[in-house]
Amino acid sequence: MLCKNAEKIPSSKVLSKMTDLKIRLTKNNTAHFSLNIDLRLPNHGVTAIFGRSGSGKTTLLRCIAGLEKSEFGEVSLNGDVWQNTMTWLPPHKRPIGYVFQEASLFPHLSAKENLEFAIKRANTKQTIIDYEEIVTLMGIKPLLAKYPNQLSGGERQRIAIARALLIQPKVLLMDEPLSALDESLKQDILPYLEALCRRVQIPILYISHSIDEIIRLADYLVILDNGKVIDQGRTQKILGKLPTPLLQSQDASVLISGTITEKHKEWGLSKVSFSHHHMMIKSSEEKIGDTMRLRVKSRDVSISLSNEDNSSILNRLAVVIDDLVKDDQDPSMMMVRMLAGDTPILANITALSADKLNLKKGKNVIAQIKSAAVLR
Amino acid sequence: MSLSPGDITAIWLTLKLSALVTCLLLIISTPIAWWLARTQSWLKAPINAIVAMPLVLPPTVLGFYLLIFLGPDGTLGSLLNELGMSPLPFSFKGLVVASMIYSLPFVVQPIQNSFAAMGNRPLEVAATLRASPWNRFVYVALPLAKPGYLSAAILGFAHTVGEFGVVLMIGGNIQGETRVLSVQIYDHVEALEYGQAHFLSLIMVAFAFCVLALLYALQKRGKNTVIESAF
Repeated sequence: MLCKNAEKIPSSKVLSKMTDLKIRLTKNNTAHFSLNIDLRLPNHGVTAIFGRSGSGKTTLLRCIAGLEKSEFGEVSLNGDVWQNTMTWLPPHKRPIGYVFQEASLFPHLSAKENLEFAIKRANTKQTIIDYEEIVTLMGIKPLLAKYPNQLSGGERQRIAIARALLIQPKVLLMDEPLSALDESLKQDILPYLEALCRRVQIPILYISHSIDEIIRLADYLVILDNGKVIDQGRTQKILGKLPTPLLQSQDASVLISGTITEKHKEWGLSKVSFSHHHMMIKSSEEKIGDTMRLRVKSRDVSISLSNEDNSSILNRLAVVIDDLVKDDQDPSMMMVRMLAGDTPILANITALSADKLNLKKGKNVIAQIKSAAVLR
Repeated sequence: MSLSPGDITAIWLTLKLSALVTCLLLIISTPIAWWLARTQSWLKAPINAIVAMPLVLPPTVLGFYLLIFLGPDGTLGSLLNELGMSPLPFSFKGLVVASMIYSLPFVVQPIQNSFAAMGNRPLEVAATLRASPWNRFVYVALPLAKPGYLSAAILGFAHTVGEFGVVLMIGGNIQGETRVLSVQIYDHVEALEYGQAHFLSLIMVAFAFCVLALLYALQKRGKNTVIESAF
């Protein structure tokens, strides 16, 4: 997956800002499920919360919003306490915007009146984004006079997102905003979301179980399982980790973030450079100097021992093997983690090939990435 | 055949009683319906049952107990007496109180159903849009419950127009005070004035038809059906 989504924050900045959204929660829903969270999240950019259904993602977001109470909780944003042992702010007093999983527009109000509902009650001390701009950004101008039952699911969700921002929140919470939409509608909305994430300067917590959405949108990734945080960090780093039990189910992929350094008009290709390595991708409107995000699926990466130039595969990176893990579900397959500089790349190959090539930790190999694996 | 002055007084009294009872019921039913639609308390079932009782009790039973309760020797009656208020039985006020109890389920239930049908989600959405609890109720819950209120008003009014047993027990038969349309018809029949009885009865039949036709017409038009939220 390739996006012109600029990396908003260099990694050093993330670390220094990490204390800004503090969340500590304990909640026992049932005998089978409890939430136990201790998180400090950056106050910029998009933090994706990833996990299987039932892992506690939605409960976590609802607790942050104050829609659910937890037995123990401390939630604060930039030092403003929303919840601790002494305080509990009700949801309407928390400076949040919330986008629900399914369309949540008020059916008795037109699209425009839904937006005005937020404008009337908005925080007047700060302006994240004004009415004209969000209407343009989400492409909803032609929809404003319509009522929710005259809109498609995707249109409704775009208006719901605009409405959540017009309250001028300090943090935007999004609970799988695309999950109720079918695949083609998702692809229609994603560009709007990308534009939005680049535009607004507030932290966004984005719940998802779609690798595709995470790779496109998230700067920072929190992995939740059974009510607990099992991993967190920059998206690139977390996606390149082994083993990746949660990611295996959906095509383990890595995120490569690089800069356009050359454009070859005659071949229709552009060169992306990252940590002293280069890849060729299909050209589009991007310009030299633009930052790109590429998704590389592990099954589209193969490994070769030498860099003999007799393959049609264009992208051949000199890498070092960092780790090898057998696939739990399929004993014939292996996942190999390689490092191109500090960028992790995963390859899903057969155990037989790994044995034939005598792949070991620390071995220098060539990672072959099909150009076609770099998708828009 | 024309309406006698007594008939016109009875019609006017009936309309006045029904309009007043409907307005009062819409107000007091709102908190009851809201609570019943949203509570998880064990009290929900017994309170629901109490509200629905007038649906199954014979009106005479209801009227009888109200007569005892509100009479000069009754619990509430003696209290009102001590406060220097006139006794409620056999007065228009007493009729209003009795009719409110009699028509309560017809107003509470449609409103309760539409509060329950909207679920918690619209209110949660409003909360994340900085609407206070009162604000959420006024700007989200009430507009969404509009079909319920409409059918509650129609059913409450129509049901009060049609009552007879309760009126006879607690209101008696005082012209201009408690002699409503149904009692007037009864009087005509007692006096063997079948022509007058026919005429007034026909008005009631036409009224009942119009009310139900209106309900079903509203049901056809609206997405949230009035009838469905009524029953």
